[in-house]
Amino acid sequence: MEVSFWFFVLISILKVIIVTGILLTAVAYTVLLERKVVGRIQNRWGPSRVGPFGLLQPLADGIKLFLKEDLMPTNVYKPLFIAAPIIALGCALMSISMIPFGANIQYHGVDLFQISDINIGLLVILGITSIGVYGVALSGWSSNNKYSLLGALRASAQVISYELALGLSLVGVILRSGSFRLRDIVDVQSAHGLLSWNFFGGWQFAAFFIYIMAAFAETNRTPFDLPEAESELTAGYHTEYSSMKFAMFFMAEYANMITVGCLATLLFFGGWSSPFGHLFQPYGGVWAAAIMPVFWFVLKVFGFLFLYIWVRGTLPRFRYDQLMGFGWKFLMPLAIANIIVTSFWLAYRAA
Amino acid sequence: MYLALFLIFGGLCVAGALNLLFQRHPINSALSLIVVMSSLAVLYLLLGAEFLAAAQVIVYSGAIMVLFTFVIMLLNAGREERTHGSKAAYAVGIPGAAALLGALVYIFLSNGSLLGPTLLGASWVVPTVFSATLFHDLLLPFEVTSVLLLVAILGAVALARKEH
Repeated sequence: MEVSFWFFVLISILKVIIVTGILLTAVAYTVLLERKVVGRIQNRWGPSRVGPFGLLQPLADGIKLFLKEDLMPTNVYKPLFIAAPIIALGCALMSISMIPFGANIQYHGVDLFQISDINIGLLVILGITSIGVYGVALSGWSSNNKYSLLGALRASAQVISYELALGLSLVGVILRSGSFRLRDIVDVQSAHGLLSWNFFGGWQFAAFFIYIMAAFAETNRTPFDLPEAESELTAGYHTEYSSMKFAMFFMAEYANMITVGCLATLLFFGGWSSPFGHLFQPYGGVWAAAIMPVFWFVLKVFGFLFLYIWVRGTLPRFRYDQLMGFGWKFLMPLAIANIIVTSFWLAYRAA
Repeated sequence: MYLALFLIFGGLCVAGALNLLFQRHPINSALSLIVVMSSLAVLYLLLGAEFLAAAQVIVYSGAIMVLFTFVIMLLNAGREERTHGSKAAYAVGIPGAAALLGALVYIFLSNGSLLGPTLLGASWVVPTVFSATLFHDLLLPFEVTSVLLLVAILGAVALARKEH
């Protein structure tokens, strides 16, 4: 069905507003979840004062950050100092627009559960994440602070190194589905539920392991959080930032975490498809068919966020040479081996 | 619609290239180069080369330019000073560039009928078609290029190795 231009624009703007709103709320509550769970791991309560169970803590944090004085240190390079957090947050929020949250349900010819469905969705996400590095790199350089600069140098070296392993780990998945379109990648995995997910049925364990390692490094999370290692670099690249500019870096980090979790779900764990396949599909009618996929998707992403927090509460930080050695000497060869094995297997099955 | 996009990003590309030349500070020049490369990606996309556009952003704006800025940050390069430079460069450079531009314009205009026009956004090359061409019809050149890159990497490693 042909969609009229203005209707399309209106619906798209609406989708962008809703998705961004949900994403920012999710970011705020991921922070709370992290503080709560890490608190439990470290045998303390975590935030519990604001609202029931501390549920209003993100609001209080937001107000605090917003009302703080916005400091501008002397001798910073102003244009880049201001642009850096905008780049970081902009790129982090943009990549969510390719993510499909639920089944392809059309309303007057417009997809309800994805902002934009494009052929090369996966590549676009990779492109946007690779631009996001500039936020960190430029913030460190423009701050006129040696700790910031060291943090930024570490971040850019780390991200370039792990981007290779990350990209290569996705090749096995792309070979299996034969498409860069995220909906196609999920459709390939949705036939027999759990058993046809790339992680179980597709034998992409190694790829998933590489992906999740590289994703930890790309989002600067423990055990790879060297760019902001407190004990060595005070706070790394955002040492000189305060108030909303700091909050933007903070939100960018958690938004990136959520995007990476969404991508892991889509690529390895069947996206919005149910783990029981089509077993329960006949029940529940139209509404269940629309809502259940979203439920499964959110559940899986939540699982990944929990994994992130769990790892942060458990593992110590790597040393810098260990980080580089691990990326280049272990993950890269493993990713290439995974590509070779997967292509041989697919060629054998096709023959 | 396509024409508007072409004009915007073509203009951005030229403006970025000019800014790259006129900025004194290396980091500003590097950032202008990123703008140039990203707007080129949009132009590729308008011509229907999806994969090329994505690869342009990931490889050039994302990886190579991060290395550029990394080096600028590492060396802490400051503002460039204007030097008198060589007289020969002024004497030969400007007429040389003008001659090159004239030759290219002449060649493209005189062979315009052979090359044929294309419409913006008229055709889309999906990645499957693109990869079939690359890995079936052009397999040998592709492999030779990758061997060339491998040789370059080995050369870089050999040069960078410390003598023991």
